[in-house]
Amino acid sequence: MRLYFKYMSILFKSQMQYRTSFLLLCAGQFFVPFAVFAGMYFLFERFGGLPGWTFHEAALCFGVIQMAFALAECFVRGFDAFSRLIVHGGFDRLLVRPRGTVIQVLGSNFEFTRFGRMLQSAVVLGIAVSGLPVQWTPAKIITLILMIFGGMTVFSGIYILAATFCFWTVQALEVANIFTDGGREMAQYPLDIYAKWVTRFFTFIIPFGAVSYLPLLYILDRTDGPDLLYMAMPLASLLFLLPCLAVWRIGVRRYRSTGS
Amino acid sequence: MSLITLTGIGKSFKVAKRSAGFAEAVKALFVREHTIVEALRDISFTVREGEIVGYIGPNGAGKSTTIKIMSGVLVPDAGTCSIMGFTPWKDRVRYVRHIGVVFGQRSQLWWDVPVIDSFELLRDIYTIPPGIYRKNLDMLTEMLNLVDILRTPVRQLSLGQRMRCEIAASLLHDPVILFLDEPTIGLDAESKIAVRNFIRTINRERGVTVILTTHDMHDIEALAGRILMIGKGTLLYDGSLSELRSRYGTQKTITVDYKDNASPIDVPGVQCLSRSSGRAVYTFDSDRINITELINRLSAGGELADVEIGSPPVDELILQLYKEHRV
Amino acid sequence: MNAPLSLLKMRFLTGLQYRAAAAAGILTQFFFGLIFIMVYVAFYAHSGEAQPMTLKEVVAYVWLQQMFFALIVLWQFDGELFELITGGNIAYELCRPWRLYPIWYAKLLAARLASASLRCLPVALVVFILPEPYRMPLPASPAALLLFILTLLSGLLLVAAISMLVYISVFWTMSPVGSVLMIAVAGEFFAGMIVPVPLMPGWMQTLAGLLPFRWTVDFPFRVYTGHIGVQEALAGIGIQLIWLAALAAAGEWLMGRALKRVVVQGG
Repeated sequence: MRLYFKYMSILFKSQMQYRTSFLLLCAGQFFVPFAVFAGMYFLFERFGGLPGWTFHEAALCFGVIQMAFALAECFVRGFDAFSRLIVHGGFDRLLVRPRGTVIQVLGSNFEFTRFGRMLQSAVVLGIAVSGLPVQWTPAKIITLILMIFGGMTVFSGIYILAATFCFWTVQALEVANIFTDGGREMAQYPLDIYAKWVTRFFTFIIPFGAVSYLPLLYILDRTDGPDLLYMAMPLASLLFLLPCLAVWRIGVRRYRSTGS
Repeated sequence: MSLITLTGIGKSFKVAKRSAGFAEAVKALFVREHTIVEALRDISFTVREGEIVGYIGPNGAGKSTTIKIMSGVLVPDAGTCSIMGFTPWKDRVRYVRHIGVVFGQRSQLWWDVPVIDSFELLRDIYTIPPGIYRKNLDMLTEMLNLVDILRTPVRQLSLGQRMRCEIAASLLHDPVILFLDEPTIGLDAESKIAVRNFIRTINRERGVTVILTTHDMHDIEALAGRILMIGKGTLLYDGSLSELRSRYGTQKTITVDYKDNASPIDVPGVQCLSRSSGRAVYTFDSDRINITELINRLSAGGELADVEIGSPPVDELILQLYKEHRV
Repeated sequence: MNAPLSLLKMRFLTGLQYRAAAAAGILTQFFFGLIFIMVYVAFYAHSGEAQPMTLKEVVAYVWLQQMFFALIVLWQFDGELFELITGGNIAYELCRPWRLYPIWYAKLLAARLASASLRCLPVALVVFILPEPYRMPLPASPAALLLFILTLLSGLLLVAAISMLVYISVFWTMSPVGSVLMIAVAGEFFAGMIVPVPLMPGWMQTLAGLLPFRWTVDFPFRVYTGHIGVQEALAGIGIQLIWLAALAAAGEWLMGRALKRVVVQGG
């Protein structure tokens, strides 16, 4: 764990060398999703709402997913950018070090410019919370935090799968964007507005539903099951992450027996 | 007891066939054909602790594949390998703690931060106790002359400076074996000599076993007591440089400078390469012709001002070896 | 076989090698289109009242965006050109016997066409046969289709002119990221890439009307659906060309100023 922070600080120092470029990219990371949020706002204004959802409720969903995405893009960048690492022979360098591959890949890259997106998400969450008639109990706050970290776990799992894919070929990697960027675009709206099969896929296979939709219902007091169940739902994201890590190990094994 | 033992190591790769021509390319859209390339076949050798071994061969012969297997990166298809009692690819994490690797062209240091920051992160990765880290750092800084560049970002270093830092980085954790892949490539003469001296010293004073792959024969000459040559996946030569010399190095040249213009001397069994007023160059087989006698014969042409006997450069020897094995 | 044909064949073969990458790109566009449409379907399901655009028209809009994505986005990074500007090698370019603006313009245009051509057809083939409500509607009329092609082409020329201004701005900002950022975010929004222009609030539509961006994509796409009628379309082409001339002239002038500065300062 301490090693992870050491990696983070050396890469932070690295990126700070290029201050103007960093600040500009950071600003970009604020404005781009903000434009999307503005779009959502205008659509809500035009159409008056979504079936069963007000603007502030949707904004809460939006903020959670954006924050989860920003956190994953920042701290799990090592897997997201793995194609670059493996193409330049960097993975061999990791294999001659007395540490596991996961911690080293995580430590190989961070993208601190995503702070811009984190700030934007915070703003959106602020707007959402201010407009919602919700009693914020400690339980609900914990749920919100779990939702964010659950979302981050789901995105991380997708990054790990995409990185494992690189062991076979680096070419078709763009497909992963369907699930990361696409997943974000989709999950930032409440999941029940979509067709049944979409909702089901994103609840059971890539569990965005577990981290955003179901706990969201609990926060908005729309549930009548046991509270704890809804609160703990985001932990289902771990059930997604563990198989992803297993697939990663298979990928590493394959790399080590076939060269590059 | 050998430190490194390889027995019957074999490795094959599946390589996608790149097709030529239009019809082939379209077919490749649907079906990818592969050929099997045998990169290593029945490689066996042992290395004792404290040796410096030069591992040479033409490009594509299998050098880097062997190194990858020995450093635990690659899993072979056949054969066994025991290094320090470990099987490199099976006990990877526990084993690599004891080895250092330097890839000549790819840096292991973090690019935009001072060298010392990279060293400190490596200290944490290898969990080197602070006392030992301090001691090694001081020693390496002094031996490799790094005092002035420790606080410089790696991207601002010259290639020679960077290579010195890379080597230092690979020794911070007191490895038992050091794998060097083309360590002097692209360096200027002064840096090359510095690197070679350092490797010799570290081997002599700290007993670090060194496996060195290189195309620069001067590296071999300066460092390697022993040469392993690989060609087309098999081990072609395993012996010392002096053995190589005695096998192929018997053809020598002799250059004589005469005090005044001299008359050309023809000696049986000796071929004259060039002749000008005052200097003649001959080539002869030192196994068959006695040198003392030869000089006596040649001095009959005039008073000798200078005599120089040259051995063929190592490049030549290696070339002979390649030719003999048709690689 | 003569030289141009061999070159073409070689380029095509090289292109086929990257089949996986192209396929991935097409798949990505396709899914994003689906996601956006699903969101709109939900919005339209909620509001029963008539909207400035029908759902069908929005569906067409979204698919056209995805099909011609590579053609029309403002986020474009020709690393080579940026290098020239920030690196100072621009001096070499000035020695050449041709004006820079047309050359760079052509380069940008070609890059967009190249990257779009591989991707637009496969997406087009699929979206016309999807089930409702995702299916791509046919053009409003043969005239609409013809006008669409014309307006899209002049829209493309306009995009290239705007893009040129982005590149030229780097002479002053010396920061490719900064320049692209500022213009691309605003530009794409007002072109209707986030929300179709007719669905924006009134005040925003007025603002969009004053800017050139909506004439790049919003205009041609609505010609396709018939949202903009034939008469209006023809008039619109005129406006596109006026904007094009204005932006190109501005670009040429600014570039001249910038290059003069370079020569004076020595790069």
